[in-house]
Amino acid sequence: MSETVFRGRAWKFGNDVDTDAIIPARYLNTSDPEVLAAHCMEDADPEFSSRVSAGDMIVGGKNFGCGSSREHAPIAIKAAGVSCVIAPSFARIFYRNSFNMGLPIFESAQASAQTVSGDELEVNTATGVIRNITRGEEYRAEPFPPFMVELIEAGGLIPFVLREMGK
Amino acid sequence: MPMTITEKILAAHSDRDTVHPGEIIMARIDLALGNDITAPIAIKILRDNGIDEVFDKDKIALVPDHFTPNKDIASAEQCKVLREFAHDYDISHYFELGEMGVEHALLPEQGIVLPGDLVLGADSHTCTYGGLGAFSTGVGSTDLAGAMISGRSWFRVPTSMKFVLDGELRPWVGGKDLILYIIGQIGVDGALYRSMELTGSAIGALGMSDRLAMCNMAIEAGAKNGIIAPDAITEEYVKGRSEREYTVFSSDADAVYDEVINIDASQIELQVAFPHLPENSKPVGEAKDISIDQVVIGSCTNGRFEDLEIAASLIKGKKVADGVRMIVIPATPTIYRQAMDAGFFAIFLEAGAVISPPTCGPCLGGHMGVLAEGEKAVATTNRNFVGRMGHPGSEVYLSGPAVAAASAVAGTISSPHDLI
Ligand code: SF4
Repeated sequence: MSETVFRGRAWKFGNDVDTDAIIPARYLNTSDPEVLAAHCMEDADPEFSSRVSAGDMIVGGKNFGCGSSREHAPIAIKAAGVSCVIAPSFARIFYRNSFNMGLPIFESAQASAQTVSGDELEVNTATGVIRNITRGEEYRAEPFPPFMVELIEAGGLIPFVLREMGK
Repeated sequence: MPMTITEKILAAHSDRDTVHPGEIIMARIDLALGNDITAPIAIKILRDNGIDEVFDKDKIALVPDHFTPNKDIASAEQCKVLREFAHDYDISHYFELGEMGVEHALLPEQGIVLPGDLVLGADSHTCTYGGLGAFSTGVGSTDLAGAMISGRSWFRVPTSMKFVLDGELRPWVGGKDLILYIIGQIGVDGALYRSMELTGSAIGALGMSDRLAMCNMAIEAGAKNGIIAPDAITEEYVKGRSEREYTVFSSDADAVYDEVINIDASQIELQVAFPHLPENSKPVGEAKDISIDQVVIGSCTNGRFEDLEIAASLIKGKKVADGVRMIVIPATPTIYRQAMDAGFFAIFLEAGAVISPPTCGPCLGGHMGVLAEGEKAVATTNRNFVGRMGHPGSEVYLSGPAVAAASAVAGTISSPHDLI
């Protein structure tokens, strides 16, 4: 898989961050990424969308993204400028949606346990190595299953499907 | 090789003799579902890629149920996207207002989902159809688009957990109490990525309404699907709803589970899940004296005829407490009609409740009963996350219809036993 290195500040959240916290249902009468980004994480941290900078990372606790199937959640996170999400585990629909839409996510219990908000992180997408520059520590993320790498390399689910169908 | 019901359905839809947990397979879809929130994104993907036909116009269901009757201009625009797509692509199962009901109550009722089917829905509660013995799971809009184009989707075969519930249920205890109890035991990620198979004499004694309610909330434990093997009750329910043939699958006696949990269902009390997670379930007695502002009886979990029947039987001749707003939402037009014909509307109206047309409405804080800051509601819905029914400072307590109805009359969270 081609290598990308993300560098940014960590925004730390707790366990079981649900999709209503990521993007409250009251904003789902639109799928405009800009509008969704403006309300990203609103019910978990009302300041998040105004203070996040491009490249920053969300570091969550276990079961990140639980709840509804809304793709508005990864859309909002991506549109807010977040480069990737790191958590010990992800809810399965959120996991699937993120791959399908090209929001990189990394499973690492270690990174989630050690990182605090404001830490400077560097993530290598190919090796899964997460460096915490602030603390001088290094964590490992689970490698992506081969099929997921194929999906990412095809450019996401839709290009993959179209290619499979010879369209 | 022995297989679970979930493995058998996945194998049958990928033309294989066996599948193993952890494998990624491509499987055929019997039905792809979208609603007014998720389908517009999928539709845009098809249109942007110049795809002018779907894999099978009879195997797609579009149900605008979340913000309908159109709540505002933005919602109206989203519904228009569905309507125009359904027309342009000649989709058979598009439900216009008047036929539209809450998707997961509507599709089984209309015979659109049958046992043994593989259903992919861009809605997390798609897992409801496991109550019929189908494999069904929720995905996002991009997956829905992929399925609408190709009729196939990828799945990682889940490991299975078996829940064996035996014993006779206590009075008023129903499927909702059982599933809230289970989620309370295993937590909101207790079944993450896994299949929850429900079995045992207590499950066998449940009607379809309770079975669907239980599988509906499998996602609330993080599960990929919930499933109950079809039996005579399932066959009786399905009869006359569809001409389509279906296959009944069941788990082999020696199928492999990564966990088997035995539960004495006779010990389970009426449950209430405290804010802000469905896993915060406790016996109703521990919620006593919490005063409430609103009661909602409805949703894809408990908005079926049987739920309204329980509520009506408890409310009959009584009044909704002062200061409490009670909203009853029959989940589909058929249920609406049946409830009206059975005289429930008169009971609810005389008690001072309001009856809403079929819609998801307040379940997701959409409309028709949104909460203000500091307000508390008891709801028969499935999620009580922060802000789920309105203001982030409001609170939702989840329960079955009996506790919800009793609480409406008492004005505080109550058991039906306190009422009579
Ligand atoms: S009733 Fe609630 S949970 Fe069910 S589909 Fe509608 S919004 Fe989702």
